Amino acid sequence: MSGFFVMGGYAAFVWPAYGVSALGIIAAVVLCWRGYANAKARLATLEKNTP
Amino acid sequence: MLRYANPKRFMDLSGRVLPWLGAGTAILLSLGLYLGFAAPPDYQQSDTVKIMFIHVPAAWVAMMTYGLMALSAATGLINRHPLADAAAKAAAPLGALFTTLALITGSLWGKPMWGAWWVWDGRLTSFLILLFLYLGYIALWNAIEDEPRAARATAILALVGAVNLPIIEFSVQWWTTLHQGESILRPGGPTISAVFLWPLFAMALGYTLLFFTLWIVRIRTEILNRRARSLMLGLA
Repeated sequence: MSGFFVMGGYAAFVWPAYGVSALGIIAAVVLCWRGYANAKARLATLEKNTP
Repeated sequence: MLRYANPKRFMDLSGRVLPWLGAGTAILLSLGLYLGFAAPPDYQQSDTVKIMFIHVPAAWVAMMTYGLMALSAATGLINRHPLADAAAKAAAPLGALFTTLALITGSLWGKPMWGAWWVWDGRLTSFLILLFLYLGYIALWNAIEDEPRAARATAILALVGAVNLPIIEFSVQWWTTLHQGESILRPGGPTISAVFLWPLFAMALGYTLLFFTLWIVRIRTEILNRRARSLMLGLA
């Protein structure tokens, strides 16, 4: 198992690559979803206040 | 296709497709990660080959995104279709993200394998230009307040910038680059072993579906925002 984390001596390159990719993707998913939820809520409020 | 492109239709259809796309993305990325980490070290690259499983898909999606963005922009320009403009606008930040990820992961592979974080060879330089094109496109959208004018100006930028796509693609053939040439989609079949090919395919497909999922969410957001804006104009 420890060999898995060592990555053949290249842990310092492999894990940051995966870390940055995961971070970027998770951030994109959260931001996209939050943007959508906000837009939906804003439109709902506007529609409620429109006669 | 433009028939499905009226905003109401798009909202109905995309709302139904989205959960499936999201589920497919999750399954493929999990499978790709599992296969990737189970793959043996490469005889030359050792375990840095694992970086390929996230580098190549990010680079592929970065280029595909630009193609789709330019196509949407052209449709917006020629057919004056407002949904096409929204689609082009929604794609750009995603393209910038995948381009950045491809550059960072490539750099993290280059240091141990080439001995350099960065070299100014044809492939790397043209890919850096891709990032600048995305950033310029986003900046231009933000700089012009009038939406139809912004759509037209950005569409022209996107189309002019599309010339960079074949440059990236063929850079490894035209110039002597440090970046290796084609090893998957080449005449005579892939030159890499199946134990590396499968995780690469799963990740590439996973990244592609991830892009489409996020793209659709962002187009939907844009449609809702436009509706909200026109309502506010009506109220004012």
